[in-house]
Amino acid sequence: MSDISADTVRHLAHLARIDLSDDEVAHLTDELRVIVDNIAKVGEVATPDVPATSHPIPLSNVYREDVVADVLTQEQALSGAPEANDGRFTVSAILGEEQ
Amino acid sequence: MASEIIDLTAAELATKLAAKELSAEDATKAHLDRISEVDSDVRAFLAINEHALSTAREIDARRASGEKLGELAGVPLAVKDVLVTTDMPTTSGSKILEGWMSPYDATVVARCRQADLVPLGKTNMDEFAMGSSTEHSAYGPTRNPWNLDRIPGGSGGGSAAAVAAFEAPFALGSDTGGSIRQPAHVTGTVGFKPTYGAVSRYGAIALASSLDQVGPCSRTVLDSALLHDVIAGHDHHDSTSLTDQWPSMAAAAREGARAENLKGLRVGVVKQIQGDGFQQGVRDGFAKTLELLVAAGAEIVEIDAPHFEYAVAAYYLILPAEASSNLAKFDSVRFGLRVTPAGGGTVEDVMSATREAGFGPEVKRRIILGTYALSAGYYDAYYGSAQKVRTLIQRDFDAAFTQADILISPTAPTTAFAFGEKTKDPLEMYLNDVTTIPANLAGIPAMSIPVDVAAEDGLPVGLQLMAPARADDRLYRVSATIERMLEEAAGMPFYARAPKTPAKGGAK
Repeated sequence: MSDISADTVRHLAHLARIDLSDDEVAHLTDELRVIVDNIAKVGEVATPDVPATSHPIPLSNVYREDVVADVLTQEQALSGAPEANDGRFTVSAILGEEQ
Repeated sequence: MASEIIDLTAAELATKLAAKELSAEDATKAHLDRISEVDSDVRAFLAINEHALSTAREIDARRASGEKLGELAGVPLAVKDVLVTTDMPTTSGSKILEGWMSPYDATVVARCRQADLVPLGKTNMDEFAMGSSTEHSAYGPTRNPWNLDRIPGGSGGGSAAAVAAFEAPFALGSDTGGSIRQPAHVTGTVGFKPTYGAVSRYGAIALASSLDQVGPCSRTVLDSALLHDVIAGHDHHDSTSLTDQWPSMAAAAREGARAENLKGLRVGVVKQIQGDGFQQGVRDGFAKTLELLVAAGAEIVEIDAPHFEYAVAAYYLILPAEASSNLAKFDSVRFGLRVTPAGGGTVEDVMSATREAGFGPEVKRRIILGTYALSAGYYDAYYGSAQKVRTLIQRDFDAAFTQADILISPTAPTTAFAFGEKTKDPLEMYLNDVTTIPANLAGIPAMSIPVDVAAEDGLPVGLQLMAPARADDRLYRVSATIERMLEEAAGMPFYARAPKTPAKGGAK
């Protein structure tokens, strides 16, 4: 059995920056336990001698010349922002009171 | 007249358009009328392109002026909402992107515009392509045109249903674990997942970057091949894009349709993805197809792929891990929704409130699962092991392709299931992808073509075909031969068996 508790889910939700309700935490804890118990079977065959595959069709590093190519303008890049000002994205405070 | 137009395949439309027997405006209008007529029931579209008719008229004017246009100029197209478009909103089925307008077109969309295809609208999908039924779309599910009480598959249920309901001759889709093929299976249509890297993913909102691939959906093999030729090829905007020169898929499909038989073709049947656990009608359809292949001279080889039973487990570690990383960009700063908690808060508080409000339950589930799989202390046991399973599955395929030229299986274990049947148990929904996932893990091309209608429920059954990486043309060649043989046997193309009026409880 996996060791997933409600506290684990709350911690993961914090890492993933999602405010979950207590109800959501309870559901996800149960669901994740079942899912993780089932997917943990990958460990049965993933022995040390098997190399990992990260990418299905191997490619070496892809480079291009360091010149300006067809990229978005500043105006385009900001066009979908919830809030923008003076050519920049606008956000609320980065640091909280306690920091 | 209008109903005759929507019955035409993309290839037939292209021929009539080129011969000036039909205008692009009339072709587009017929499909928009069809959408008006049936889409309140089918709900395949999230947005309709208000510029479709003017785009079509411009193409007609250019043709009239003697300009030499591409083979498919004027043919209408549906576009999965995972692909960004400048003239229609792009949501990827999520509330977090509701109403968002992209400042650029996805490369595949740009190529379709260059080929003078006419985008009709954006099709529904499970949120961020996470699902097998469209029930996880934030905008409500699409319904299966064969039976409105059944799911159209997912995530690309909108594209498949649009094509099956004659709302568009073909459509763009994306396939991370079966999102083109499984919807094709349940809607009686054709869907093709190209070799990983064959088609640019620039402007395809990423789900799992090592698995995602864009591809075509249609009612016939040739139409998918024609669209494949438009979208394939290198794109410097996508660093995973292959630099190969690809043969014409349409030429391969046409050659296959002319082939007399399948003599000399070695067809592998993978033991692990067929058989007892599958619905009777799916098994029957598969058995009938095997008989047809044998009668056509193909040699059937049984294939043992011992690691396929670990594919779903590996996939549901790799996908959530990559998705949790890809979806970090929905942070309330650069695009999409922003929700500010009561009393304000830091950017982190705003981000957390936004993601809570903007993501649906399946997206949250997979982000949390992916964050778990990647967290310190678990990485090796989960994500690392899943990547090793990926190697083992690739080796299974390598061994299989020394014995067989193509591999086949049923495309999915069941026909279209009912709404709500699998939403309560996420794991059951995941297991539905058992047949389609191995091809994504290995990056090989795979497709689904319709082969039968299940006796017990009157719903379509598909055949999945898989080939080695870069052998996409082989799939088009073989599937076109099978399609022609089935058409000869039935006396009509498969799509002619689709109900003209989508109905609850299935066709009468």
